[in-house]
Amino acid sequence: MADLKIRNLKKGFDGTAIIKGIDLDVRDREFVVFVGPSGCGKSTLLRLIAGLEEVTSGTIELDGKDITDMAPAKRDLAMVFQTYALYPHMTVGKNLSFALDLAGVAKSEVKEKVQNAARILELEPLLERKPKQLSGGQRQRVAIGRAIVRNPKIFLFDEPLSNLDAALRVQTRLELARLHQELQATMIYVTHDQVEAMTLADKVVVLNGGRVEQVGSPMELYHQPANLFVAGFLGTPKMGFLRGQAGKADGAACEVKLECGAQLSLPLAAGGLAAGSPVTLGVRPEHFNIVPAGQGQLRVIADVSERLGSDTYCHVRTASKEMLTIRVRGDFAPRAGETLELAFDPAHCHLFDADGQAIAKRLQQAA
Amino acid sequence: MLTLKQSRRLQSVLVGTSSWAIAALIFFPILWMILTSFKTEIDAFATPPQFFFMPTLENYLLINERSDYFSFAWNSLLISSVATLLCMLIAVPAAYSMAFFESRHTKRTLLWMLSTKMLPPVGVLMPIYLICQSLGLLDSRIALIVIYTLINLPIVVWMIYTYFKDIPVDILEAARLDGATTLQEIGRVLLPIARGGLASTMLLSLILCWNEAFWSLNLTSSAAAPLTALVASYSSPEGLFWAKLSAVSTLACAPILIFGWISQKQLVRGLSFGAVK
Repeated sequence: MADLKIRNLKKGFDGTAIIKGIDLDVRDREFVVFVGPSGCGKSTLLRLIAGLEEVTSGTIELDGKDITDMAPAKRDLAMVFQTYALYPHMTVGKNLSFALDLAGVAKSEVKEKVQNAARILELEPLLERKPKQLSGGQRQRVAIGRAIVRNPKIFLFDEPLSNLDAALRVQTRLELARLHQELQATMIYVTHDQVEAMTLADKVVVLNGGRVEQVGSPMELYHQPANLFVAGFLGTPKMGFLRGQAGKADGAACEVKLECGAQLSLPLAAGGLAAGSPVTLGVRPEHFNIVPAGQGQLRVIADVSERLGSDTYCHVRTASKEMLTIRVRGDFAPRAGETLELAFDPAHCHLFDADGQAIAKRLQQAA
Repeated sequence: MLTLKQSRRLQSVLVGTSSWAIAALIFFPILWMILTSFKTEIDAFATPPQFFFMPTLENYLLINERSDYFSFAWNSLLISSVATLLCMLIAVPAAYSMAFFESRHTKRTLLWMLSTKMLPPVGVLMPIYLICQSLGLLDSRIALIVIYTLINLPIVVWMIYTYFKDIPVDILEAARLDGATTLQEIGRVLLPIARGGLASTMLLSLILCWNEAFWSLNLTSSAAAPLTALVASYSSPEGLFWAKLSAVSTLACAPILIFGWISQKQLVRGLSFGAVK
């Protein structure tokens, strides 16, 4: 069992608040990913859970026990660091067994656990080597192995893949997902890479400026972002935003007049929205279609196109100078300066109020 | 016009030659001291100076007759080693806390420690002499051990602090999560990783203690006198006897030179620890 409860957690350094009151629940066997831009406090939050930083206020409970002020060693958590943090003077075997040796575990049991971890991570031929004789990927596996031998209640990962090259990152990501299934362990994972967040997580926690912006499953966050920040942060290329004003709104539809000239009716329950109030419309790149002139809602001018083979990302500019990215077939690439007509399904649009909060759930999902 | 290859070769020959020339210049006084120690007093005073002469051991024999070299050497060894160990014992925890638990005052504390080295020792001779006198510590090894420990402490703390700063704090945090107590963290993780730097720091401290003359001359006379005091005793009272003075200086330098020679690999590794990490 490993149920983690964080309540109103705050942390400040020299009077500057880094974590500004976080409430979070991590359930047993869950893979939770903290994601956010640099400086959002995700690593600090992980270090607070690990006990490597002192909490300013609030509580952390593990299985009903308050561990807020407990020493890191007593929390029964294991952490994998971005820099691997292997002990350079010890062999791989010693690195794996260090925690068990300190705990005074019997030699035979230590050997068995080390062998077991080495088998899971395919480290058996490397046990006698020193960390400096290993490649980056192997070092990362040793760091994970060091956590596995301890059989902790929760595994903590602090951007474990950021020092690996692109190919190895993809491979290790898959291995981590497999490991999570195999060990049935609770894992908390910090990353700034949304692909890692989307692919690994059962639950994503989006952090920004020391606060939780939204918590949910990857698809929930992608399809129902709670605010402009989450909408813009998740998804590559990012969601396009168009400024506008709200028109007539009732329980079933909401009129929006965009600054770039378009006018549309969205199937949103935006009853509370006053006519004339500023809004932002969000549309994901894959939800735009290029249509013949006169059939679309939006006229734009093509800027740069990035051809990836399977897809082309066209960067376009609206009449009100807003930049959008649209995803089209790989064999299509408009010339710079070409005028394009875009159509999009209002059902796939997101609407945000002046404070950047998502106004209402889409009707079809609310139903 | 030189080709690129030729100019590279010329450059390496020039660098090599000038390095050897500088090394020879630095080493020359030591070589001259050793040569003089094997001359008679007449040869030692000869003008122009003599490079070729009939070597003799008479100076060494005379020194051995006149003074108990080994008693001085033992004092030097004991005082230097104990002072160095004590210094390390204080400096390691100090540097650990300053390197890994840095506060707003750490940099200032370090600078303040270093600033104490700027005070001329003679400025505090009177109070320290009087303190030693009232504690009955004149001509005692304990007085020198305490003083050497304290005067080398700033440099030793600085050096160890610099080595520790090069060690990623993640490694120590990993040890902490692995269940290590602070002592285990220092003893089983930090010290083994920093051993190159620690060894060169110890060596430097040992050399500084071994060569220290001001306090040993002022606070000791016979019982606790180290080799520097022995050398000084051959300098002025009976006029300058260059050959004997050179012989006793050679004897005083020899142990630390040999020790330095043996451990030079460690020393170089320690001094370049940060650079090659």
